[in-house]
Amino acid sequence: MSGKIIKILVGKPGLDGHDRGAKVVALALRDAGMEVIYTGLHRTLEQIVAAAVQEAVDVIGLSIMSGAHLPICRRLLDLMAAEGIQDIPVVVGGVIPKQDVSELKKMGIQGVFPGGTPFDEIVAGIRAVAA
Amino acid sequence: MGVARYIKDEKDAIRDVVYQSGIRVKPSYSPRDLEEVGFDYAKDLGDPGEYPFTRSLHPLGYRSRAWTTRQYTGFGTPAETNRRFKLMISHGQTGLNVAFDLPTQMGYDSDDPRVVGEVGRVGMAVDSLRDFETAFKDIPLDRIGSGLTINAVACIMLAMYQAVAEKSGYPAEAISATPQNDILKEMVGRGAWIFPVDPAVRLVGDAIEYAVRALPRCNPVSICGYHIRESGATPAQEIAYAFEIAKTYIAEVQGRGLQVDEFVGSFSFNLNVYGNLWEQIAKFRAARKLWARMLQEEFGVTQKKNLFLRGLFGGGGSGLTKAQPENNIMRSAFYALAAALSGAQTTALCSFDEAYTIPTPRAALLSLRTLELLMDEVGLRDTVDPLAGSYFIETLTKQMEERILSEMADVQKIGGMRRAVALGHIQRKVSRQAYEFERGIQNGDYIKVGVNKYIEGVEDQPDVELHAYDESWAVQQIDGLRELRRVRDNRAVSRALNDLEQGARSGRNVMPCLVDCCRAYATVGEMAGVLRQVFGEWEEPSIF
Repeated sequence: MSGKIIKILVGKPGLDGHDRGAKVVALALRDAGMEVIYTGLHRTLEQIVAAAVQEAVDVIGLSIMSGAHLPICRRLLDLMAAEGIQDIPVVVGGVIPKQDVSELKKMGIQGVFPGGTPFDEIVAGIRAVAA
Repeated sequence: MGVARYIKDEKDAIRDVVYQSGIRVKPSYSPRDLEEVGFDYAKDLGDPGEYPFTRSLHPLGYRSRAWTTRQYTGFGTPAETNRRFKLMISHGQTGLNVAFDLPTQMGYDSDDPRVVGEVGRVGMAVDSLRDFETAFKDIPLDRIGSGLTINAVACIMLAMYQAVAEKSGYPAEAISATPQNDILKEMVGRGAWIFPVDPAVRLVGDAIEYAVRALPRCNPVSICGYHIRESGATPAQEIAYAFEIAKTYIAEVQGRGLQVDEFVGSFSFNLNVYGNLWEQIAKFRAARKLWARMLQEEFGVTQKKNLFLRGLFGGGGSGLTKAQPENNIMRSAFYALAAALSGAQTTALCSFDEAYTIPTPRAALLSLRTLELLMDEVGLRDTVDPLAGSYFIETLTKQMEERILSEMADVQKIGGMRRAVALGHIQRKVSRQAYEFERGIQNGDYIKVGVNKYIEGVEDQPDVELHAYDESWAVQQIDGLRELRRVRDNRAVSRALNDLEQGARSGRNVMPCLVDCCRAYATVGEMAGVLRQVFGEWEEPSIF
């Protein structure tokens, strides 16, 4: 990264409203010098993709606490593929059991940050996928 | 419990201790401290069971009755839930605490395209009265009370509860339900809101007003400082914001022409036990006192029982860690100790695996046993308010009282909780604090065992058994819903929904219309859909 400011969309897809994690991470990413767009709660995946395209973000970050991360991530990636969006990496955080990390990676999620991941690691992970 | 700030010298001796609410703790306390804070036994404590109830609501505390345990549970389908309810009742539990899935909490039917993957996941799926008929089949609703953990559509669930009781032959006066029904806290944290602030508060008021008149054994609102604390509020803010929310609902119901004494006795609280042990104990003691004093002095409440701060003091999930999850078993035991030393009437604990999953039955049972152990083995039932008279605890209780009042004054300056939430003021403040706290843990300002201290020697994260989610629940639920739409009297449904729309537009109490809708088997999505049409949806204020 040669000084370019990373623009990231932090999205809360679906119905789950536990947004402490999303807000805390959004503030951490901002303090790390990123431009953060937070979607607010209860967004459909269509709304998240549309916002990502419109804002021309470098990365999409989803926060999912309900346990529905596998179906939600699969649908998001399908939706992006259907719209021909290939250049926006997706990362996800939240209540993600270890067992699901490889499955998420396999489907094409580029970074997985389960609850408790240090901010530095999240920032570095996002910088790496945005590069 | 890892949330105070400890300033140490180079030899690891503690120089200074600062609690989250901002109180500095001294190395020792004496009668002089009590004098300094103006402590007065009669005014500040009173005997147990006497105003201002700092020590206890009841004169004998746990001697007369141990605390009630109310673990939060919900299972995919209504049929599963019914089996679980019966099991719990056979174990002697006298109250149920129902968890609903997110589609139900958000007022969508199980076949709505927006809810794919969520049906039955975090609780029971409810589409119509038919689901309540299944869930509460053969449950004696005149003897068993039900907590309904739902907010934005609490009014719909309360109406449905009345309808299901009626079907089973229980009169409205005999049933006891406690819908959570605290929408302002959903807007501060947790996020299961639908309608804008004003109509949302109106619906809270509709449920309270209706319950006072028609469902006398129901507790129509449970104000949740708990979730506000989980969102990043300090212990003093937790109580202050809960009280300011309560005042908003009181004002809403007073506006319907009711006297505070007629309804405030049915309010209850859901508060958080997470934080420094002493700060928690002082918080609960101060809260009981302030609530009673506020109701008596500001609202002219006269009946003693209406001055009680009743409720559940439950172990906070945000104190638990993902790292070394077994440590959470011990952490929760200390939270439970804090709750017991605070005189909690009702309690519950998060389970040690909650950073990973919805609790497995084994983890949930461990939580229950922790609570039972305190009452039956350790000696917490021996005497009421055992810490009373401690120079430290009484000084701290007075100091907490000051902090809570000052946080309440801040909200009042903005114009009360309704406005503070609508403007995003509270959300901004607690999110910022949550971030700073998290940073404090990451840079070692706050000690968290297994996270930033004593992390050596533990190889890898152990495998935690996960709560199973069965995809077939959604299929069953949706099949049932589609069949219902075919067989019910759809003309009666349209009529009832029409009446609901008119009731909502006119400003009349919508509860009778909702009960009619439920009786006609209108779905949750249809009823909430009408209300969405009339009220619109809330646009969150931007907080960044």
